[in-house]
Amino acid sequence: MRKLTFAQALNEALRQEMRRDPTIYVAGEDVGKYGGIFGVTAGLLEEFGEERVRDTPITESAIIGSAVGAAAAGLRPVVEIMFIDFIGVALDQLFNQAAKMKYMFGGKAKLPIVVRTTCGAGMCAAAQHSQSLEAWFMHIPGLKVVAPSTPYDAKGLLISSIRDDNPVFFIEHKMLYGLEGDVPEEPYTIPLGVADVKREGKDVTVVATMAMVHKALEAADELAKEGIEVEVVDPRTLSPLDKETIINSVKKTHHLVIVHEAVKQAGPGAEIAAMVAEEAFDYLDAPIKRVAAPFTPVPFSPVLESAYIPSKENITSAVKEVLGK
Amino acid sequence: MAIEKEKLLWMYEKMRTIRAFEEKVAELFAAGKIPGFVHLYIGEEAVAVGVCANLRDDDYITSTHRGHGHLIAKGGDIKLMMAELFGKKTGYCKGKGGSMHIADLDLGILGANGIVGGGLPIAIGAALAAKYLGTDRVVACFFGDGAANQGTFHEALNMASIWSLPVIFVCENNHYAISLHQHKHMHVTDIAERAKAYDIPGVVVDGNDVIAVYEAAEAAVKRARAGEGPTLIECKTYRHRGHFEGDPMVYRPKEEAEEWMKKDPIARFEAKLLEMGILTPSDITRIQEEIKAKVEEAVRFAEESPYPEPAEVLQDVYTE
Amino acid sequence: MPVEKEKLIELYRTMLKIRLFEERVAEIYWEGKSPVFNIAADPIPGEMHLYIGEEAVATGVCAHLRPDDMVAGTHRSHGHYIAKGGDLKKLMAELFGKKTGLCQGKGGHMHLFDANLHFGCGGIIGAGIPHAVGAALAFKMQGRDNVAVSFIGDGAANIGAFHESLNLAAIWKLPLVVVVEDNLYAISVPKSKSTAVKSNAERAAAYGIPGVLVDGMDVMAVYEAAGEAIARARRGEGPSLIECLCYRYRGHFEGDPQLYKPEGEEEEWRKKDPIPNFRAKLIKEGILTEEEANKIQEEVAALVAEAEKFARESPWPEPEEALKHVFL
Repeated sequence: MRKLTFAQALNEALRQEMRRDPTIYVAGEDVGKYGGIFGVTAGLLEEFGEERVRDTPITESAIIGSAVGAAAAGLRPVVEIMFIDFIGVALDQLFNQAAKMKYMFGGKAKLPIVVRTTCGAGMCAAAQHSQSLEAWFMHIPGLKVVAPSTPYDAKGLLISSIRDDNPVFFIEHKMLYGLEGDVPEEPYTIPLGVADVKREGKDVTVVATMAMVHKALEAADELAKEGIEVEVVDPRTLSPLDKETIINSVKKTHHLVIVHEAVKQAGPGAEIAAMVAEEAFDYLDAPIKRVAAPFTPVPFSPVLESAYIPSKENITSAVKEVLGK
Repeated sequence: MAIEKEKLLWMYEKMRTIRAFEEKVAELFAAGKIPGFVHLYIGEEAVAVGVCANLRDDDYITSTHRGHGHLIAKGGDIKLMMAELFGKKTGYCKGKGGSMHIADLDLGILGANGIVGGGLPIAIGAALAAKYLGTDRVVACFFGDGAANQGTFHEALNMASIWSLPVIFVCENNHYAISLHQHKHMHVTDIAERAKAYDIPGVVVDGNDVIAVYEAAEAAVKRARAGEGPTLIECKTYRHRGHFEGDPMVYRPKEEAEEWMKKDPIARFEAKLLEMGILTPSDITRIQEEIKAKVEEAVRFAEESPYPEPAEVLQDVYTE
Repeated sequence: MPVEKEKLIELYRTMLKIRLFEERVAEIYWEGKSPVFNIAADPIPGEMHLYIGEEAVATGVCAHLRPDDMVAGTHRSHGHYIAKGGDLKKLMAELFGKKTGLCQGKGGHMHLFDANLHFGCGGIIGAGIPHAVGAALAFKMQGRDNVAVSFIGDGAANIGAFHESLNLAAIWKLPLVVVVEDNLYAISVPKSKSTAVKSNAERAAAYGIPGVLVDGMDVMAVYEAAGEAIARARRGEGPSLIECLCYRYRGHFEGDPQLYKPEGEEEEWRKKDPIPNFRAKLIKEGILTEEEANKIQEEVAALVAEAEKFARESPWPEPEEALKHVFL
């Protein structure tokens, strides 16, 4: 099978969907002529034209807000917020408007919106361009939150998100854009709300998200040399969360470590840990452990940023700790 | 011209310092010594300098993602700036902030800012405090043409107007919001026209003429200090390099860039000062060499400074 | 341009419908809330923001709209909904929180949505403007000559979304009309304290679009200005801004002590009440007789009474419905 990068896989998803459905349009800052600052929308303007691939002014609340209005009026917007950190200036449109309209309006409004955004540290882009804020969005009823980790997952999940009739917040970790992987040429869907076991193992479950999936897999390789078999579970969709896959894994391994780049306090791991403690307590042989960034803004200096981002060593330590080794 | 010789020389030296600093940063960045992103101010020096030449140490500024020029013009220490860009412990922000978040509160620099339009509400807040505390301090708020479409522009100018706040809103119109040309992102040609929507004066100046910027800013600062409220100054200018270092700039026609390079603000000012007899060619050489030495000293300082300890990640989240 | 008799009578009837509906709601609202103001008390629980005094604005604008044109309203939107052709029974039932309400009791007074009439409103100031921009975008992309109208207040004209929405609609040349209902107050803050310009119509130039200021207490003035703006939009010439000077005779919300209104101000504005003034004008010009006008009044009162009966007699939703409709 041919390989594509994460960014190329997303590009192909957008292209194939836009060919299929003329009501899909893309809007955001620098998505047209520039092709997106990470290249995800490259070439779309040339193929689909200015009506369907729109460069906007710097106007996030109008970008998301107009997506709400356009969706309610029959289009399927796929808009971009360049960095998840910019969501603040437009948050109202996302959480008070897009996410709540169906409910408040008694079930009648349909808002098939996808808001794509980037997240994550690793580029020394500092405090306002490096955050992982997915937990905020997991906390909003009415909004689906998707966070792929591989090119294969990225294409299938983006196609499903576009076809979903609900507002979907699609988060792309910026450090993954260059990652290569096998991607089928034809359009395909991966259902939202279904996790993926990236590596099977019997000793401990490691639930990891986005860039941390790859760190978890590296840690698993290392631990295998010591005879510890790690099962890596990638939720892929954070809301709705695939509780069943996670619990089934915990039933098998009896140990759980959760790894995410978001800060530990009130992070996605808090929800996953509480859920497992509530629903699978009897299967656990040790307390649940979370590996996450410390409760600080993202620091700039590479030495600090490296200390901030959870490392492979943080993961191997946590695994050994829950196993009492 | 009514500007004193000392001031003119100060402005020249500051513009040259910004240019030398930024060119050095470009070089270091290309060599992989500066992590993250940098957004260089090359070509826009007249704006920061012409405005800041009217400010006192206890006045404030808010800056943008393209803030090195503002920081230097307001009196920032280039050693501490360079160390910050390198991510060293001795930097302005102890390596915690980086290029887009450099601040020096003692000099009234309320920070560069990574959020477009993020500085506008902060600026009016500082102006409110200045007024509330009975001082005659003013705030210069820098932002770009792209930011003029942000909701924060609207909200900040309206509030500064109704509350008669001592703010000088300085729009650095370099005609591009990353890749989108101004005529594609708004229907007005002169952003200063929008001042009417807030009942404040709006002026357009040649942002590549430091004297013109100086004079417009002087009038605005005077108004603000006298309690007469805010002004919007639009400086037409151009950035010589990309939005960020590494930007392939596919969106800018070559001819357009070449036309603007001919209007280089430093070359123009230098020619004028030579003509006026305020500078001689040997002065120019001497000044450039002094600046070069200072920039090199800043680089050495940055290179020799230690990185922060990893444990410092956890510090400075809250005020104890 | 002379307006047909039928249209004029329809304008009168619509304004009256809004007025009588809102006045009845005010009465019902206070049932159960005296002597102690318990905002959650039945039959109409929660907050209430009434449109009394502003009828000429919604009526004059919506008279030009088709059912499939879009309207984004505000927290004070009963008038907009009724003028758009809304169903009084479903509206009243929604205020009561009944299962038969417009939103099955899930939305309440500020969150009305009618898919057939392309109408929506909400409680976040200025949030509807980008929605109208989006609807206008959809209309343009689909090659339709429909129009989107965003009603906002004087307070909303200072919000960031106002600026961003008008700029975007202008550069994309969208069929949008933004109607600013300047009733002089944003809750208690007078416009002179919140807005740097005398009239928001002046702000239109900042986006390169036309802006007009009209007397919002004169339904014909609103009708004419709206007619031009809407026709412009349908012709593909882009957005417009209309500011209507009007007044709300009641508080921002029901229960508002209105301490911010100076002595005598309301009396002055009562003299400009759009409904009796328009009635007098129609009678004077021979368009209606006194009897005909009275008959319209009775018919409308009967519709309001019917809506009230429907609401009171409708069932409550089942508790389980709280969990439904989060997603499709």
